[in-house]
Amino acid sequence: MSDTIAEKKVQTPTERTQGIGDDYETRFGFHDDESAYDFKSKKGLDHEIVEMISRYKKEPAWMREIRHASLDVFRSKPMPTWGSTKLLSEIDFENIHYYVRASERQSTNWEDVPPQVKATFEKLGIPEAERKFLAGVTAQYESEVVYHSIREDLEKLGVIFTDMDTGLREYESVVRKHFASVIPPEDNKFAALNTAVWSGGSFVYVPKGVKVEIPLQAYFRINTENMGQFERTLIIADEGSSVHYIEGCTAPTYSSDSLHSAVVELIAMEGAKIRYTTIQNWSKNVYNLVTKRAVAHRNSRVEWIDGNLGSKLTMKYPAVYLVGEGAHAEILSVAFSGSGQHQDAGSKVIHAAPNTTSVITSKSISKDGGRGSYRGLVKVHDGATGAKVSVKCDALILDDHSRSDTYPTMEVDENRVSIEHEATVSKVGEEQLFYLMSRGLTQQEATLLIVNGFIEPFTKELPMEYAVELNRLIQLEMEGAVG
Amino acid sequence: MTTPILEVPILDVKDLHVCVEGKEILKGVSLTVLPGEIHALMGRNGSGKSTLSATLMGHPRYQVTSGTVRYLGEDLLALPVHERARKGVFLCFQYPHALPGVGVSNFLRQSVKAVRGDAVPSKEFRPLVKKHLATMSIPETFMTRYVNDGFSGGEKKRLEILQMLLLEPKLAILDETDSGLDIDALKIVAAGINLLRRPDRAQLLITHYQRILDFVTPHQVHVLMNGRIVKSGGPELAKELEERGYDFVEKEAA
Repeated sequence: MSDTIAEKKVQTPTERTQGIGDDYETRFGFHDDESAYDFKSKKGLDHEIVEMISRYKKEPAWMREIRHASLDVFRSKPMPTWGSTKLLSEIDFENIHYYVRASERQSTNWEDVPPQVKATFEKLGIPEAERKFLAGVTAQYESEVVYHSIREDLEKLGVIFTDMDTGLREYESVVRKHFASVIPPEDNKFAALNTAVWSGGSFVYVPKGVKVEIPLQAYFRINTENMGQFERTLIIADEGSSVHYIEGCTAPTYSSDSLHSAVVELIAMEGAKIRYTTIQNWSKNVYNLVTKRAVAHRNSRVEWIDGNLGSKLTMKYPAVYLVGEGAHAEILSVAFSGSGQHQDAGSKVIHAAPNTTSVITSKSISKDGGRGSYRGLVKVHDGATGAKVSVKCDALILDDHSRSDTYPTMEVDENRVSIEHEATVSKVGEEQLFYLMSRGLTQQEATLLIVNGFIEPFTKELPMEYAVELNRLIQLEMEGAVG
Repeated sequence: MTTPILEVPILDVKDLHVCVEGKEILKGVSLTVLPGEIHALMGRNGSGKSTLSATLMGHPRYQVTSGTVRYLGEDLLALPVHERARKGVFLCFQYPHALPGVGVSNFLRQSVKAVRGDAVPSKEFRPLVKKHLATMSIPETFMTRYVNDGFSGGEKKRLEILQMLLLEPKLAILDETDSGLDIDALKIVAAGINLLRRPDRAQLLITHYQRILDFVTPHQVHVLMNGRIVKSGGPELAKELEERGYDFVEKEAA
């Protein structure tokens, strides 16, 4: 018992980050010279670009056909009518480089990564993180993965963790079977766009019964201005296996916009467990329009842990389709909206089998005119008896000119279910502030402590290093130091 | 024989008038507390006791319309709340607020750091906390809970005293810390208060009942009524109030 207040417990992430005064510009805002780039497509998108990407990658014909067909779908689909229609209408699809490659090579050794790119990832702390606490890493720079590695012991157990392009080359039949099976290009405009021009992303396969105890991480970096990054990730956890995948993302700040539009498909087979953690910290000129969806088979468990700090506009609703009896979905998200930001985040859970359960927790913080929205859909199909749903949305608004909205939708076609829904909106209370300030904290320190407390249910689910990083980022946001 | 330095009062309130939402609650309170002293401020509900404590700490909703408050010779009212705390003023809240998600341990560390102006090395902090936890009969599992979140009334009061012991204030204002406590908890709280006594510190005990004064002997007792101190005396005044009620003071004052 005497160890309960030992140092490791006493020192929380908040304390560890005290006094750190860097800003986004110096930590993430640098950008590299592009003159040494291997290839950069001209701006704009047509079938020629799609053909070129596919040929560069020496893809099989079936993939090339999917790409071309998806481009047509993209063109035929209207823009979403929710989120921020104003910001969406400002995207200039003709002013984007759809494929940019810094290096022809891909390395499994940091030493072989081109010096400039290596320096970028070193600044971002990736090789260090890999050594310390990760089971594997991929690093994507612009359109291509430039580095990947996986611990040998996991490789021997048959775990596959590689970039999606390599996945397609080396495991073509698996990819062909599952690619776009969870998110077809017809799903939405941006899923179609991704399917047409995708490049990079991760391919993960965890064999039956194998439990990957420590996380795999992917890091995504956009360097070029007016760049479109379209990674494509497919994770398959076979029966009884488990895996935790983490992604992080940053970009330099430019005056004109970049687009990040990923598609992430997860498949959890019977009894499998997938946790997918995101700490999104794009610069505030990046549109982050991402489609993420999982299929959860019998008695499996899928968890989306989704942190959104950066970007200009994020529209992202991680989804779980509970198709097997007893499957469980957990969606825990935090969105921080500062000046000029709109975080339209949420979740989607489809109960399509009996005794399926879902827990959705959304935490939104808005400040300095930022706007946060929770948009959620829970659907319980007829026959999904014994389904249990719990939705909890909390919003914290830090000043009078910021905004928070909740758009929850429930469609329930089955009577024998249990559904709980709770939503709160609060402001940082005068009494809470007074209490903390009476203990010597400045108003800013007090507010930060309250905000960190508010998102504690989220941070406590992160590996320690990420919790520290998240708290540090929020501290920077609170200090208004991030450009 | 007192040295001149000790003659500077810790707290010197002169003709203090305070409004809350336009209504005058304190109508000219004067009070001087010297180093080493404990003063008890007693009164009925609504007499203005909590208004005085909130004003001394600097709650933004309490507006001082006239009068002065000197703390160790300095104009206390000119200082923002956190500066008052850093200079050694502590308010033991009657109804401390819950801080969901904020761990007790983190909270204590941050406040000790803020008040001391320097981080406390864990080598020093841990045994210190342990010692005070034991004094207050608080289990160490407290440290991993969230501040006042789901705490019972007694637990909240003990956490307040624990903070007071860690922060070692020169002026501690205890706002009805004794209310709602059973006799065992009351003894523990009183032990905490007595532990803080030192010749260079002072305490202002705001209370409704005299029973805590069985365990903490005050130098002076004041009766606050309708925004004014209407009677002051020694510890015997508290006993008299207990026996005769506030009515007799009211009649005297009338």
